[in-house]
Amino acid sequence: MSAVLETERLSLQFGGVNALSDLSVRIEEGALHAIIGPNGAGKTSFFNCLTGYYRPTSGVVRFQGDEITGLNAAKVAAHGIRRTFQNIRVFPKMSVLENVLAGGHLRANANLIAITFAGPGFRRTERKLRDEAMASLEFVGLADQANHLAGDLPYGMRKRMELARVLIAEPVVVLLDEPAAGVSSVERLELSNVIRRVNERGTCVVMIEHDVDLVMEIASQVTVLDNGRVIASGLPQDVRTNPDVVRAYMGRQRQ
Amino acid sequence: MSLFLNEIGNGIFLGAFFGLVALGYSMVYGILRLINFAHGDFYMVAAFVSYTILGAVVVANSHQQWWTVAWVGLVVMIITGGLAMFANQLIYRPMRRAAILSLMIAAIGLSQVLENGVLVTPQWGATYLVYPVTTPPSGFNLGSNHYTWGQLIIVLISGLLALGVYLLVGRTLLGKAMRAVSEDRIAAVLMGINVDLVIAIVFFIGGALAGAAAVMTGVYYGQINYLMGFTVGLEAFTAAVLGGIGNIGGAVLGGLILGVVQSIGTGIFGAEWAIVVAFGALVLMLWFRPTGLLGERVARRM
Amino acid sequence: MPTEVQRRTSRVSGTRIARGVVVMAVAVVAALIPQMTQNQYYLGVAFQAEMLMCLALGLNIVVGYAGMLDLGFAAFFAIGAYTTAILSTKEHWSIIASIIPGVAVAVACALIIGFPTLRLRSDYLAVVTLGFGEIIQTIAINLNQTGGPTGIYAIPALTIGSVVVASNTGYYYVFLVLVIAFALFSTRLRHSRLGRAWLCIREDEDAAKAMGINTNHYKLYAYVFGAVVGSITGSVYAPALTAISPASFGFSESLLIVMAVAIGGLGSIWGVMFGAAVVEIFPEVFRQFAQARLLVFGVLLVILMVVRPRGLFPERAFQGVGARLRLRLLRDDAAEVPVVETMTARTADER
Repeated sequence: MSAVLETERLSLQFGGVNALSDLSVRIEEGALHAIIGPNGAGKTSFFNCLTGYYRPTSGVVRFQGDEITGLNAAKVAAHGIRRTFQNIRVFPKMSVLENVLAGGHLRANANLIAITFAGPGFRRTERKLRDEAMASLEFVGLADQANHLAGDLPYGMRKRMELARVLIAEPVVVLLDEPAAGVSSVERLELSNVIRRVNERGTCVVMIEHDVDLVMEIASQVTVLDNGRVIASGLPQDVRTNPDVVRAYMGRQRQ
Repeated sequence: MSLFLNEIGNGIFLGAFFGLVALGYSMVYGILRLINFAHGDFYMVAAFVSYTILGAVVVANSHQQWWTVAWVGLVVMIITGGLAMFANQLIYRPMRRAAILSLMIAAIGLSQVLENGVLVTPQWGATYLVYPVTTPPSGFNLGSNHYTWGQLIIVLISGLLALGVYLLVGRTLLGKAMRAVSEDRIAAVLMGINVDLVIAIVFFIGGALAGAAAVMTGVYYGQINYLMGFTVGLEAFTAAVLGGIGNIGGAVLGGLILGVVQSIGTGIFGAEWAIVVAFGALVLMLWFRPTGLLGERVARRM
Repeated sequence: MPTEVQRRTSRVSGTRIARGVVVMAVAVVAALIPQMTQNQYYLGVAFQAEMLMCLALGLNIVVGYAGMLDLGFAAFFAIGAYTTAILSTKEHWSIIASIIPGVAVAVACALIIGFPTLRLRSDYLAVVTLGFGEIIQTIAINLNQTGGPTGIYAIPALTIGSVVVASNTGYYYVFLVLVIAFALFSTRLRHSRLGRAWLCIREDEDAAKAMGINTNHYKLYAYVFGAVVGSITGSVYAPALTAISPASFGFSESLLIVMAVAIGGLGSIWGVMFGAAVVEIFPEVFRQFAQARLLVFGVLLVILMVVRPRGLFPERAFQGVGARLRLRLLRDDAAEVPVVETMTARTADER
């Protein structure tokens, strides 16, 4: 199977701090790939490099074989790589529906003449997009919140909305930054089902997670980061028993 | 050539004014990420307040005048600082969660209030008022250019004030708190820093500096007008950006540079093009080096 | 397609019809105003208010939609007015023909100013636009071609076909048409991917990029659209006044337009029109107080910003009310589906 997303010796430096060092990661097509590691390991920085929010100091990022290193965030998104944010970034004064429509930006009609005169073609694409947005919201269970302001939603709903916003773009790769953070155990169950379902549809999912149980349940591949480096990568059950991984989480054993 | 040097000299002198006002702008921006459009008008109000006070207390004897100006200047600095602090308490602090757009509009509103407030005050009004004290023309010669003692003193005082601020921010605990709040307000709160107090103090200092600049303007140029804050505000902001906004040294350097550039520019094109020159410089700087001369490119953490 | 989604879409068109009726009603009333009064003073104020509405609608795209504070909008207004004035007096162009070069110059300026600065923080943009406004006014005052401080006079009247528009009533109708046109145009923009992209940029620029939105380009579009609206309005304003001078195109004017948008409500078309009406009419009502009214105005603006930062009628102020009303009225349709079921039961494949 070919790698849909991979990095080669990716490095990122902030001043004197090495956020990422020599990171080479392969994400297989259709995988449900988890990125785990202790706090400060560089996981979100890694996502930011992949999605064009940070420019890596050195190294290469490849998507479906093409190099995308250093492309800006909008271009990366246009390639079909979509992400959620660790601190959930919704557009607060826009409605839930419009938030999701925003996710479908690139699929909407951009022709100024069509927009100005609202011809049937334009109306058709808009309606189609709206329907898909509602479908996306139904998928995450937020259809009845469609007209509420996103900023008014409680935490759990915002997370789901962010997901709907990602899905409407029909991405090739979905990057989820801590999807299970701050989520109740009931929601966590649904979440794991949703993520699995998204993956089963053929979308590659890469997720940063701290919830090890969730990772073990649904991930097909796990990569462990510590101090900006990969310390283990492979099947979930192998990684969990890897002594380096245990040491990274638990600290060194005292003699 | 001597004309050129003359313009440079004038430029440095002008720069002293810009620099002081720019310092206030820069400090508030550094700590709040807010361009306080009313800052220029604090300067203007200070000029009028000092006009009134000096009008009441000044004596004809020229020696005593200097002392009078000095202590009135100090009083005006405190008053202006207080005004700035008050504006912060009343307007910016309650709005701290609002969008920056709304904050800027509020600042513009405040600017209008101050300008029109001065306009309607019977003793002040719209005309150019003659300042009660002016600098005597006596001075010295550098090369073939004549500079007055007044000019020298003004440059020195500005320099001292700027140095004072620099030391405050760089060497004291308060300064450290300011820098902390400027970098990460939430972390500062978590460290136990009284952020509201720090912000209030920054406003006070900015206002005080504007007050000093106002008195010096009045004394040197001899006249004040209710619109003087608007132009100086724009120019001071340009200076702050040129040097690197949020940066103390940058504000001073920017002020000097803008002063010189404007001096040369108006020498070539004429005085009415002063603002065009200033903005031309601004746009060029933003095009080529948006962080300003001394500003640093800070990586944003997401 | 599931019936739930279908039902929801049809509910929406019901409100759309209601909204259309309201718009028609207001337009009709507005068209009848000149029939109700012959007072030239009132008509003059009325068309000035309409002109300000046009400008506010233009600025609304920049400030209200895209969230960029433009403090020099009067510059585009000036460009349109002066281009029309010069071409119609010196080169005998018709007013309508002169609109095009005015727009061209305005767009060129918008691109030149916008390109280096829009990618920077909005605070810088505010000051740069302010400076741009000052520069345009300075040029207008100091160039001979623009008539210097006295400006340009004897601007010919606007002719549409064989109709010569030469009265306050005439210009009232012309500006009314412009207001309606710009309002409709703004609505169309708003309900397209352009409008949504601008709102995203306004709300959270970094997140907007994650949607694939090229924020630099879209900010430029907003700025350019604003310039076009401002310029066209200026081109029509010149013949309406028959004489223009630089004094009408300075920071005070830009400020009035900003206030109209800020007071009326960011992003809301009705809101900014209301704001423009308030800004134009308030000083007239209190004309007897002269300068004090500007002071009061400033105080009110500050209070408004502290209390209602988004203006009196920001977008969505009433939307939430409408939505809640709908849900309440049609509760039997909106089934109370437990959250767990919804997430696991319905997917695209299962439809």
